[in-house]
Amino acid sequence: MNTAAPVPAPASLADSALPAGGIFAALRWSLVRDLKVAMRSRSELGVQLLFYIIVVSLFPLASNPERTLLAAIGPGVLWVAALLASLLSLPRLFAGDYGDGTLEQIALSPHPLEALVSGKILAHWLTAGLPVTLLAPLLGIQYAMDGESLAVLAAALLIGTPILSLLGGIGAALTLGLRGGGSLLALLILPLYVPVLIFGAGAVEAVRAGLGATANLSLLGAGLLVAMVGAPFAAAAAVRIALD
Amino acid sequence: MAASNKYKLSSPAAFYPVAGRMIPWFGASAAVLAAIGLWIGLWLAPTDFAQGDAYRIIFIHVPAAWMSMFIYLVMAFWSALGLGFNTRLSAMMAQSLAPTGALMTLIALFTGSLWGRPTWGTYWAWDARMTSELILLFLYLGIIALRNAIDDPRRADRACAVLSLVGAINVPIIYFSVRWWNTLHQGSSVSLSAAPRMAAVMLAGMLILAFAAWFYTIAVALCRVRVIMLERESGSGWVSELFALNIVHLKKA
Repeated sequence: MNTAAPVPAPASLADSALPAGGIFAALRWSLVRDLKVAMRSRSELGVQLLFYIIVVSLFPLASNPERTLLAAIGPGVLWVAALLASLLSLPRLFAGDYGDGTLEQIALSPHPLEALVSGKILAHWLTAGLPVTLLAPLLGIQYAMDGESLAVLAAALLIGTPILSLLGGIGAALTLGLRGGGSLLALLILPLYVPVLIFGAGAVEAVRAGLGATANLSLLGAGLLVAMVGAPFAAAAAVRIALD
Repeated sequence: MAASNKYKLSSPAAFYPVAGRMIPWFGASAAVLAAIGLWIGLWLAPTDFAQGDAYRIIFIHVPAAWMSMFIYLVMAFWSALGLGFNTRLSAMMAQSLAPTGALMTLIALFTGSLWGRPTWGTYWAWDARMTSELILLFLYLGIIALRNAIDDPRRADRACAVLSLVGAINVPIIYFSVRWWNTLHQGSSVSLSAAPRMAAVMLAGMLILAFAAWFYTIAVALCRVRVIMLERESGSGWVSELFALNIVHLKKA
């Protein structure tokens, strides 16, 4: 932890904790801080992962647990569950800091809000998207998916889940402190998730059809680059609107 | 018409009476064009060789589908203007367009599914255009719901503007992703472009009805924006003057 900025023990803010330096120092500061906050409520992270596992386990019960059918619907089910798990964990991104006034202090800091928001989004992905990505191949075995499909599924989730966190950051900031925040967030964000779902699940489908996943994964990668460039600005603008 | 005039209209006080004078013109044009277009579409246009009379729903379906996408672009344009220049009227225009856009999307989806039953044999297929139109409806409803969830109108303006712009960037991505997904899955079993070359009279009817839908949208949006202006600016001088004037008129009558 020597390399990280000295963050005070109760994960709150002190202006002295913000390192002097460029945007990367600011990004790293908010990343480390949010990871610390997340690590202090580990059971919450565990519950969100369990949610993912349970949703995935429900589909075979609701339909026919026949191996060919499971292998066909598996990629879609795992992706939809990943979307829902990401959605469920999004309020964590800003709501806590908004509630206790920390977000206002973060926005007042001289560092670019875009960098600080990017750090928070990266921390969200590390605590929500990455565990789902690591868990998905295991659950894919339950769906009778073969080795190549599992590898492509993991690769697609690895590229795709950061897009979910980036787009979700915009929605989470827009719905800060609103009535019916959770369901409103779903209405705002799930339509925007559609391309990620199509290319992500499509990558595995393409492999199953013998076409190769390169095209789908490339498109996902392009989407990730566009989202990385654009989403922090939109999310920071949304945070400023919410704080006004 | 000097440049100063143009900017003057961006103030609600100046735009309110202008909008009021424009509404009857656009409303009447929409009604006349709709009557002509429906007359062409329902009486003049010949029965289609392949689809019989079922194809006549095209005269409602296509104008609604065009408007559903066009209104989103116009809404995103006003949102960008409002966000960039902080003009009050732009956000109000964006707000007044959203319900009509959602309505047009719903009409396009509904008539499309009614048309699909006799021609494709199904009310719903996961065709690329249908799916992207459905997602467009979700985007419209999301923007309306976000506005309703925020009490402060200035925050609602800017939040909806950000969402509209993010959606506007995403709409072409969604459209192409859905199209690509669809072609990957089921080939060209369902295609709108398979219809035979359109007769000139049918095209004329469709274009006239498209203009009718356009003018209707303008008239309705202007009506709605006038109400929004009164509601939002109810504390300001020009609204009080307006109402004082109306009361004087009522007393005279």
